[in-house]
Amino acid sequence: MTSVASALPWPRVGAGGSVAPLCVAAFAAFALTVPGFATGTNIEAVLIAALPLLLLVSGQTFVLVSGGIDLSATAVVGLASVAGGLVMSHDVQPGAGGLPPAAGPVLMVLTGALAGAVNGVCIGALRMPAFMVTLTVGMFSGGLAVLLVRLAADTETLFNLPRAFVALGGTPLAAGLIAGVSALAAEVLLGGTAFGRMLRAVGYNARAARTSGVPVVAVTAAAYVLSGTFAALAAVLLTGSLETASPAHGRTLLLDVIGATVIGGTSLSGGRGQVWGAALGVLFLGMLSNALTLLNVSDFAVTIVKGGLILVAAIVDRAIRPLRA
Amino acid sequence: MTAQSPAVAAPRVRVEAVHKGFAGVPVLRGVSLTLAPASVLGLVGENGAGKSTMMNILGGHLRPDAGSIHVDGAVYRPRGASDARKAGMAFVHQELTLFANLTIAENLHLVRFPRRLGVWIDRTASRRLASEQLSRVGLRRGPDTPVEQLTSGERQLVEIARALTHDARVLILDEPTTSLGALERQRLHDLIRELRHDGLSIVYISHELGDVLRECDRIAVLRDGTVVAEGDAGGFSVRGLVRHMVGREVGQFYPAPRQAAVREPLLRVRGLCRGTRVGPTTLTVGVGEIVGVFGLMGAGRSELARLIFGLDKPSAGVVLLDGRALVGAPPGRIASGLAFVTEDRRLDGLCLEAPIAENLALASLRRLPRSLVGVLTGATIKRAARRIGSAVGLAEHVDLAAPVGRLSGGNQQKVVLGKWLLTRPRMLLLDEPTRGIDVGARAEIYQLLHRLADAGTGLLVLSSDLDELMGISDRILVMRHGELNGEFPSTAFDREQMLRAALPASVA
Repeated sequence: MTSVASALPWPRVGAGGSVAPLCVAAFAAFALTVPGFATGTNIEAVLIAALPLLLLVSGQTFVLVSGGIDLSATAVVGLASVAGGLVMSHDVQPGAGGLPPAAGPVLMVLTGALAGAVNGVCIGALRMPAFMVTLTVGMFSGGLAVLLVRLAADTETLFNLPRAFVALGGTPLAAGLIAGVSALAAEVLLGGTAFGRMLRAVGYNARAARTSGVPVVAVTAAAYVLSGTFAALAAVLLTGSLETASPAHGRTLLLDVIGATVIGGTSLSGGRGQVWGAALGVLFLGMLSNALTLLNVSDFAVTIVKGGLILVAAIVDRAIRPLRA
Repeated sequence: MTAQSPAVAAPRVRVEAVHKGFAGVPVLRGVSLTLAPASVLGLVGENGAGKSTMMNILGGHLRPDAGSIHVDGAVYRPRGASDARKAGMAFVHQELTLFANLTIAENLHLVRFPRRLGVWIDRTASRRLASEQLSRVGLRRGPDTPVEQLTSGERQLVEIARALTHDARVLILDEPTTSLGALERQRLHDLIRELRHDGLSIVYISHELGDVLRECDRIAVLRDGTVVAEGDAGGFSVRGLVRHMVGREVGQFYPAPRQAAVREPLLRVRGLCRGTRVGPTTLTVGVGEIVGVFGLMGAGRSELARLIFGLDKPSAGVVLLDGRALVGAPPGRIASGLAFVTEDRRLDGLCLEAPIAENLALASLRRLPRSLVGVLTGATIKRAARRIGSAVGLAEHVDLAAPVGRLSGGNQQKVVLGKWLLTRPRMLLLDEPTRGIDVGARAEIYQLLHRLADAGTGLLVLSSDLDELMGISDRILVMRHGELNGEFPSTAFDREQMLRAALPASVA
C-alpha cells in the first residue's frame, strides 16, 4: 500500500482508487480523438454541468454506505425546486418583497431534509426496504411537485426568480463553492468522524454495529436526511442556473447518480465508499457524455454506453468482496 | 472391535478411521463405527464432540480428510447431499426444514414432483404418493393439509417421510425429540421400532440419555473427535454414559485456580425473564469474580445474556450494575461499563470486511479523543487499536488496516475482546468465548480473562463447554429450560452432577 493510500481516513482504497487513472485515461483519449473536447470553454461547461450531480452523489454516498439506496433523490430535486419557486417567483408572489431573500433556499433545503426524514424513519425505525420506500417517496414527491405548481400557476414552470437567487445558483463561482464545500464536508463527515465510522459499520454488519452500541436507527435515518438535504442543494444550483423552478429538474439524473457513486468505488451492498471517489465518478461520466455528444452520438446510445459501464462497475463491486458472511 | 466372522451379517455402514478438521483444528480424529442392518445406533457426546460433523460426512454435506466409509460393502464417497440420498442416506436435521406455507404433499415432492408428460405437475399422483408416505410414518393427516397447521411432532414425521422418499437404507435422526412433547416422542419411538423392523438402519443422536438407552441396540460415545466407548445398549447406564461423555482430563491450558474471596456485588440480576425462553432469573456477580453459566444448546444462555445487555426487552426483572439500574438499549449500558462478547463473531461480533483497527474502535467511537471540530482521525484510531491489540495478544506484525475477516478464528476473537476492553468495562459478559478457536489461542484468552478478573472486572461466562467453565470459573450456575437449576462453588465442582442438572428433566 502506498503512503498516500494509508494516509487516507479509510485505508482500503478499493475500487475508488482505480477511478483516478480511469479519469486521466478518458481525458487523454477524448482530448486526442474528439474535436472540440479539450478547449477551455468546453471543459468549463463539463465542470459546471457536473456540480448538481456532485451534490446528489455526495448525499447518495451516505445512503449506499449505510447499505441502502435513495431512489427518491432526483424527484426531491424537483419538489425542492418547486417549493423554492412558490415563495420566490414573481409569477406567483407579485409582491414577494415581503420575505427575506434567504427564505427561498432555506425552504428548499428544509423540503429536502423533510423528504429524507420520511425515508429515514420508514427505513431506519420501521425497517422497511429502502428500495420500496424511496421509490414511493420519489413518486409522491414528483407528483406533489407538479400538483403544487399547477395549483399556483397555469404552467409547469415558474419564471421570474429573484436576481440574488439566480446569482447564487447560476454563477459558476458561487455554484462551484456551494458544491465544492458541501462535497468536502461530506467527505470529512463520512471519512473522519465517529458518525461516518458508525455509518460504515451499519453498512458492513448492522447486527454487529448494534451490539457494539451504535444507534443504528438514528444513524441510518441521518443518512437519508443528508441525502435529501444534498438533493435540495442540487435543486438550488439547477433552479438558479436555469432561472426557472420546475418539477422536471433532476428528473433524468437518477442513473448518473447511482452510476457515478458505484463507479467511484462505493459498494451497493454497504460499508465501503468515499465521496472523493464518487466525485471522480461524476467527472468521468460528465466527460463521457460530453464527448459522445460532441461526436453527435444520439441520446439513447449515450444511455446504452453509460448503463453498460455502470453494470461493469457493479460486477467489479461484487467480485471484490469475498468476505461477506 | 472383533473380526467379522462370515456368519454375522455384513454391516450396513462401516466407518473406518475418519479424520476431519476445519481450518487446521481437528474435529474428528480417527472415528470408526459400524452400523448393522435393521438396527438402531445411539450416538451421544457433548457439544463439539464431533457428532454433527460425523453425520454431515455421512449425509454428504462434508468430505472426510482421511479414512473410508463403506455402505453394504461398496465404497461410499458422496460428492454432495443428493449423491448421498441416491446411496440410501436419509438425514433428518435438528432444525426442521419444512415450508410452513405449503401443503404436506408439496413439501414431500418439492424436489421432484410427479409429472404428466414430463411438464405438468400431476397433483393426483402427488396426493396418492403422499398418502402412502404418510401412512408409512403413521401420520393421519390429509396430503393437502398446510404444514403450518401441524404440531411440531407431526412436522417431525413429515420430515422423516420426506427423508424416506428415496429408497433409504440408513436414517439419521439428529436430536429428533428436542421440540416434542411426551406423546409425540412416544409416537416417534414407535415409528423408529417399525422402521427398524422393516430393515432400516438408524442413527439416533440425542442428549436424552434415557431415550437412547431404551430405544437403541448399540451406543457409541464420541468425545473430542474419537469414539471412547461403544457397545450394546444393555451394557450402559445413564451414569456410565455421562462419565464417558465428560471423562477427559482437564487440559493444562487452564490457568492456576484463583483464591476464594469475599466480594462486593457488582452485577445483580433480579427476576429477569422473557416469554417462555428465559424464566425468572436471579444471579449476582461480584467485583473481580468469574461466574460460569453452563447450559446445553437451547438452554437459554444466549437469550439471558442478550437480556442483561439490553439487546432484547425483558418481560420483567431488573439488572443493576454497582447498584444502579440499567435500562434501555446497549449504548447506555456500554457507557455504564457493561460489555458483551457474543456467541457468533461472524453474525454480530465483527464487521468482517472492515479493517481490524475500525473493528477494535467500534464500541469506543463516542469516547475516543477528537481533533478539531469533532474529527476523529485515522491516526487516533490506529493508536488506540495498536495499544489494545497488544493488550489482547494480537501479534505486532498484524496489519491493522487489513480486513478482520482474514484473521484466524482465534485472532478474530482477540479483536472482539479488544473492542470491548477499549471501552474499559467493569463487567464483561462472554457467550461461548472460545468457540471455534485453536488450543493456543484458547489458553491465551483464559489467561487474559483471569488477568481481567484479578484487576477487578466482573466476568459472566456462558458456555456449553463444561471443562472450560470448570477451568476458569470461581462459581458455576447451571441453566436448563431457560432457568437456573443449581449453583456450584469451585470447591464443589462435580462434572457429573452439573451435567445431570443441565440435561432435560426426563433423564435427571
